[in-house]
Amino acid sequence: MSFDPATLRKEFPTLQREVDGRRLVYLDSAASSQTPQPVLDAMAEYYEQLRSNVERGVYRISEVATGRYEQARERLARFVGAPATDGVVFTKNVTEAINLVAYSWVRRRLGPGDALLITGMEHHANFVPWWHAAQDQGFELRVVPITDGYELDLDAARALLADGRVRFLAVAHVSNVLGTINPVDALIAMAREANPDVVTLVDGAQAAPHFPVDVAALDCDFYGVTGHKMCGPTGIGALIAKPERLEEMPPFLTGGSMILDVSVDEVTWNHPPHRFEAATPPIAEAFGLEAACDYLDAVGMEQIRTHERDLVTTFVDALRATEGVTVYGPLDAEHRSGAISFAVDGVHPHDLGAMLDGYGVCIRVGHHCAKPLMRTLGVNATARASLYLYNDTDDLAPLLDGIAAARSLFAR
Amino acid sequence: MSMEDLYQEIILDHYRKPHNRAPSLEDEDVHVHHSNPLCGDEMDLRIRVADDGRLDAVVFDGEGCSISQASASAMTVAVAGRDLKDALELAEDFRLMMHGDEPTRADDLQDGVAFEGVARFPVRVKCALLGWMALRDAIETYERGASAHSVTYDD
Repeated sequence: MSFDPATLRKEFPTLQREVDGRRLVYLDSAASSQTPQPVLDAMAEYYEQLRSNVERGVYRISEVATGRYEQARERLARFVGAPATDGVVFTKNVTEAINLVAYSWVRRRLGPGDALLITGMEHHANFVPWWHAAQDQGFELRVVPITDGYELDLDAARALLADGRVRFLAVAHVSNVLGTINPVDALIAMAREANPDVVTLVDGAQAAPHFPVDVAALDCDFYGVTGHKMCGPTGIGALIAKPERLEEMPPFLTGGSMILDVSVDEVTWNHPPHRFEAATPPIAEAFGLEAACDYLDAVGMEQIRTHERDLVTTFVDALRATEGVTVYGPLDAEHRSGAISFAVDGVHPHDLGAMLDGYGVCIRVGHHCAKPLMRTLGVNATARASLYLYNDTDDLAPLLDGIAAARSLFAR
Repeated sequence: MSMEDLYQEIILDHYRKPHNRAPSLEDEDVHVHHSNPLCGDEMDLRIRVADDGRLDAVVFDGEGCSISQASASAMTVAVAGRDLKDALELAEDFRLMMHGDEPTRADDLQDGVAFEGVARFPVRVKCALLGWMALRDAIETYERGASAHSVTYDD
């Protein structure tokens, strides 16, 4: 079957609704994607047929639910090319995955004299946990600057790595603001060259939903993904890790399920990944995430990438051709994903967002949880339209109409 | 609920041609800086108080959406020449209007009443309030004998 967004849209209930008699044009998938019917069905199956707790029941529906929960782990491992199924820890989202690494690995191993390298285009989720740890533990936080072309400055990165003191590298696979697809493999190789023992984390929140990801091939130690940006439910994400890293980590959250034995005198931690999944996990969400992986693979991740690359080019070209519009992000379509940040002369992003809402168009406005990058760009806020498999050129005209209306209202 | 309820012509006029917008104020008594990190709005408000205790001058500067900038502009006109207690009461009247109450001093609010419709757009209420809350802070700062104050909103 050929790739047809209009057909795909029919499987997404929210995309069927109207706002003030207009078709809903959803251009905010970088914030949260829509959910197709098979994912909703999988979650309903849990609630309607298998509702029980997991990892502890001796009765059949709990055994089946437990099997399905573990099957979801195996499915996600396959979807992102995890080095091992036991290297998949379910978390709430990427933020929790990164905090787990910050508390259980980085804070226990980095100190004065060490450095941790991040980039100037990180989401706060991949910035604040490191900043906080650096404050507490006394290690140095180094930041790879971005070029005028909105890409990582790899020469500057090489210089920042040169003294061999960078023990940890944390980098976004794709910028949530600029859409830049970062050369994380090159950056990881560069960091290893400077320090063979460097440990690496890639924030895959904006990558795994949009193109094929092979974590084992990237050879990073940690990779974070979140369900709600990849057609899955909210409330579930995962830390994908090399099993040997997880073995050397103590738990972050403690309580039920994450132990093997507890007495007044002694507690024995469970093995990874269960060591890091205290208490009742997001079970329905795991069902939904498994269905999302099935859905995306059935559509085809290569096809999704090709579609988005072509569509983002159409959108960026049209926006750049619109008077008064400035686009922030790389021009080379091979280096960019579907998030398009832009400014409209004389129109504050919040006013633009409100105007577009009147046209049934949903975009994100604000600082996108990336204030260090906003400061580099010299703006307080931008507008961001972001694309996914269900968007097509039909969504462009409402966006441009709304921008034109906003300009005629505010910028005259 | 339409965009026209929000973006009335009076509001757009204040946005395009703001009143009392200036980066400084001669002989200022108080300068307050209010910022909302969530949306990136920044507001600098400066006041000068006359010997008789009236607001001699109110100027604002900053960056933000049309609602926040226009509301601050309308505020500076509405409070000019009022004594401090009166200005505080007017600010309270505006605040209650943003929470859905009928304004009790519609005439005194002048163009400020044009923002009544903003109450129906909850996410924009804080935009409309920014200038007024900065004014309240500036007066309270003056009354406790200080000359500067900074406020960062946490939501």
